[in-house]
Amino acid sequence: MAAAASTSSPLRVFRGILKELRALKGPQYRQTPAYNYVLDQFRKNQVSSERYCRAQTEALHSSHSYLCLLTSTRCHLTLHKLYHGKGQRDPEQVATLVGLRLPTQPGGKGWEK
Amino acid sequence: MWRNLVRLQCQARLAWSTRQSRRARFAVLQPATDLSTATSERKKFYQDVSISQREDGLFEINLDRRKLKTPGGKLFTVPNEALAVAVATEWDTQKDTLKFYTMHLTTLCNTALDNPTQRDKDQIIMASLKFLETDTICYRTEEPAALVELQKNEWDPVLNWVEKRYNVVIGSSSSILGPQIAEETKDTFRQHLGSFNFWALTGLEFVITQLKSVVLSFGLIDRHLTVEQAVLLSRLEEEYQIRRWGNIEWAHDYDMYELRARTAAGTLFVHLSSESSTIKRKLMQD
Repeated sequence: MAAAASTSSPLRVFRGILKELRALKGPQYRQTPAYNYVLDQFRKNQVSSERYCRAQTEALHSSHSYLCLLTSTRCHLTLHKLYHGKGQRDPEQVATLVGLRLPTQPGGKGWEK
Repeated sequence: MWRNLVRLQCQARLAWSTRQSRRARFAVLQPATDLSTATSERKKFYQDVSISQREDGLFEINLDRRKLKTPGGKLFTVPNEALAVAVATEWDTQKDTLKFYTMHLTTLCNTALDNPTQRDKDQIIMASLKFLETDTICYRTEEPAALVELQKNEWDPVLNWVEKRYNVVIGSSSSILGPQIAEETKDTFRQHLGSFNFWALTGLEFVITQLKSVVLSFGLIDRHLTVEQAVLLSRLEEEYQIRRWGNIEWAHDYDMYELRARTAAGTLFVHLSSESSTIKRKLMQD
């Protein structure tokens, strides 16, 4: 198994997060606090004098996790809407499916107010 | 299970409708004990989400004018800005209805703030370490041979890494009882877990229960694995069966994305709750 998140460059992760934010919010994604914060963090962590900067790798891993969170919640929600979102039909609909109608009881049922 | 219970209750009343528009109309008329609010659907009642910082350094989330509160009634406060921004984004991205099952970070913060099971740090550590005895990585199968091979190739490196990093012996076993964990191993882990704060421990226990493995969670928290890798390793046998028999989108992919989302949220929660960052500006010397 590959070692840490070295397989994805910071630029790719950053672009991915921006794409997710744009997909979620639409054209106003630049005004969200998330956009400003992510931009800020990536800029701050860009410059580092050490060759192996621990803070940089940590920040990269966290941003990779955040990208994974955004992508997977979106995909999960899409799949949920596609397959599990419909819920149940109410009894009137079920009755009309088979061509029947529900009985009406003038005066209401015993437990209805 | 909750959904089925709610549906049984609902079908007892003929006037019931699961459609959103009707629920909004009936919202005022239905009594407070109505189980309809037990389902995870509520209308979005705000337009703007923003964060604000208090004098003691904690951050709050504001929905329009009102401050967000936990289900236990407490004020929703987070210790750092990154977590506040992420939670605000979760609330911001809801459309029309609030889907609480997509707001994993909010749920984790609520758990950490309310502590509904009234546990302290030691109890959480004990509960987390209990998973070690039935750790996914240590529980090997004996057949089919391809799966045994796959488990050896994928899980052994992570196991070796953990054993080397923490200087412990865990080992794997294919017996039904699982591996025998030495007391020193547990002590080492207990000591390590004791160094996390309460919020980070809540997140870590969540990750362990999702991945069903202490070893994988440590690998993830120590940044040795990415979230996708950890989820893949946790679901190794399922992936093997999928490759053999085929993928079913509405079950396999659905579970995988949900697991990924939860694990990513847990990992982010742990990392954000235990880090503190400072910027050191070095002068350029020519």
